[in-house]
Amino acid sequence: MLRYILKRLIEIIPVMLGIAFIIYAIMSFTPGDPARLILGANATNEAVENLREEMGLNDPFLVQFFNYIRRIVFEGDFGNSYKSGQPVFKEIFKRFPVSLNLAICGMIGSCLFGIPLGILSAVKQNTTTDNIISVIAMAVVAMPSFWVALVLVLVLSLQLKLLPSSGATSLKHYIMPMITIALANGCSVLRITRSSMLDVIRMDYLKTAKAKGVPNNVVIWKHAFGNALLPVITTVGTIFGSLLGGAIICETVFTMPGIGALIVSSIKSKDMPMVLASLIFLSAVYSLVMLAVDLLYAFVDPRIKAKYSGK
Amino acid sequence: MDDTLLKIKDLEIIYQTDLETVRAVNRISLEIKKGRTLGLVGETGAGKTTTCLAILRLLPDRTGKVLNGEILFKDQNLLTMKESKLRKDISGEEISMIFQDPMTSLNPVMTVGSQIFEALKYHNDDKRSHAELEKRVGEVLELVGIPARRANEYPHQFSGGMKQRVVIAMALACEPELLIADEPTTALDVTIQAQVLAMMKDLQNRFGSAILLITHDLGVVAQMCDDAMVMYAGEIVESGTAEDIYESEEHHPYTVGLFGSIPDLDKEVRRLTPIDGLMPDPTALPKGCYFADRCPYATDRCREEHPQPVHLSETHMIMCHRFDGKGGASE
Repeated sequence: MLRYILKRLIEIIPVMLGIAFIIYAIMSFTPGDPARLILGANATNEAVENLREEMGLNDPFLVQFFNYIRRIVFEGDFGNSYKSGQPVFKEIFKRFPVSLNLAICGMIGSCLFGIPLGILSAVKQNTTTDNIISVIAMAVVAMPSFWVALVLVLVLSLQLKLLPSSGATSLKHYIMPMITIALANGCSVLRITRSSMLDVIRMDYLKTAKAKGVPNNVVIWKHAFGNALLPVITTVGTIFGSLLGGAIICETVFTMPGIGALIVSSIKSKDMPMVLASLIFLSAVYSLVMLAVDLLYAFVDPRIKAKYSGK
Repeated sequence: MDDTLLKIKDLEIIYQTDLETVRAVNRISLEIKKGRTLGLVGETGAGKTTTCLAILRLLPDRTGKVLNGEILFKDQNLLTMKESKLRKDISGEEISMIFQDPMTSLNPVMTVGSQIFEALKYHNDDKRSHAELEKRVGEVLELVGIPARRANEYPHQFSGGMKQRVVIAMALACEPELLIADEPTTALDVTIQAQVLAMMKDLQNRFGSAILLITHDLGVVAQMCDDAMVMYAGEIVESGTAEDIYESEEHHPYTVGLFGSIPDLDKEVRRLTPIDGLMPDPTALPKGCYFADRCPYATDRCREEHPQPVHLSETHMIMCHRFDGKGGASE
């Protein structure tokens, strides 16, 4: 098991190198001059040229990339933000908790919405209940997140004055983003829960459980859902991973200072070190989340655990 | 004293889908007495499994329907009882069930110990403590020949025969009065079959449980059962004590066919003698005797008129025109 974890951790390194390379390439080949950006529109061409030389921007692309990686590996230096001049991770770590909270809330919301409805529609397959749930799911999927978010602001904040419409300072601030994310992502949780439950529900061991007198709701939650969990975990893990970096709509509408919004604004201002560092950081976090998902499998399914420790 | 434990009267079950109606069980009646073993024999699709699923109301929710009949367990009708009461007071406690395929009848993500524990937990009427129940789990495992320390292992760590032992341990944990065994040995290889059957017999003697044994193996019936019933196309075509079925001169032609299809070790034969033809389509059962098309004795009356049960003795029943004295099926 430990060897497996170590192997997976080592595998993350080439993934991150690849991601760094792709992003560095995209950022380098798009128009716009960082030196000009730093110095402003009024700087002389000479000053800009001097700064370009100083920053190594006149070097060939591969040399630039190599130098960037070298600084990361040997000095742990991801560079300073062009915009603020501060080390990039200062800003990233300031914003990461917001993204993390948002992702956790969103994940919990998606599960609360998707799992019970998914189970219910599987248990009541082909009945009116099942049909109603499918219609709801379809309607919800068709609603764009930004619209849901705006409607929520309109109703809950402006009309009813129940919740704050922007910021990320208290738990209350996370309620509306949570609903928005839950509606957008909960449907995939719902679908996967339903189909996975349907696979399990015909299994003989459920009959065995009923035959030995286990109450119906325990049969469904413990015996059936316990076995239907793997695909659900995968989906929820993926959602969590992508929410960490990508709840941009929520961050924008509810003006929450998360990483998604940071990346978008950094791309706009061509703040290369910031974009690179945030994306590398996010990909590392994403890889770790996926590793955690795989490890969670072993806890859910003893057969997978046996496979890990077998080698 | 009435020692009837389970009594099924006129049970009729269909599977209904949008496309067709399968008449799986057609008005069968049977009785099991305390401590006795009843064998239900018949080929695949005869309705044996459907019958026993119906007893604990395990038929598929929307497709399986009981049209008619009663299932009385100690004079309580299981079909009309509230489901929660049935699960709590009957399932697992008074009636338990062993399924055909031990590979799929255990939950793969729970330890075998906790699965047996569950059976005890939900019928813990005398409020035994957690530790006492755990101890009992060990005891029942030992009873079926599995060391108690293996309670913490998962089903995938057991072989097929061992899994079936676990299933049996689970079924017997509460010492039920009736054990329904649906082809308990079909999925096991022959050496293990004999072991499992011997063990069931031994446990029956110990607990005094009655057994409803479903099988397609006449040898198993001979070895295990006091009474036997032969089922064909959802009907019981012959029933009686084991002696009636094995020793009597008169038999339903289907029973004769079943015995005929067992290879005889004393005679040298090139080929097996199967019963020709197939069971009638359960979505469109014929008007007359369901066996008429395959029966070597069939007459016009057999094709026109459905036979009624004929009681040859107090115990022996045959559902065939040959025995009702009104003629019909030729000798």
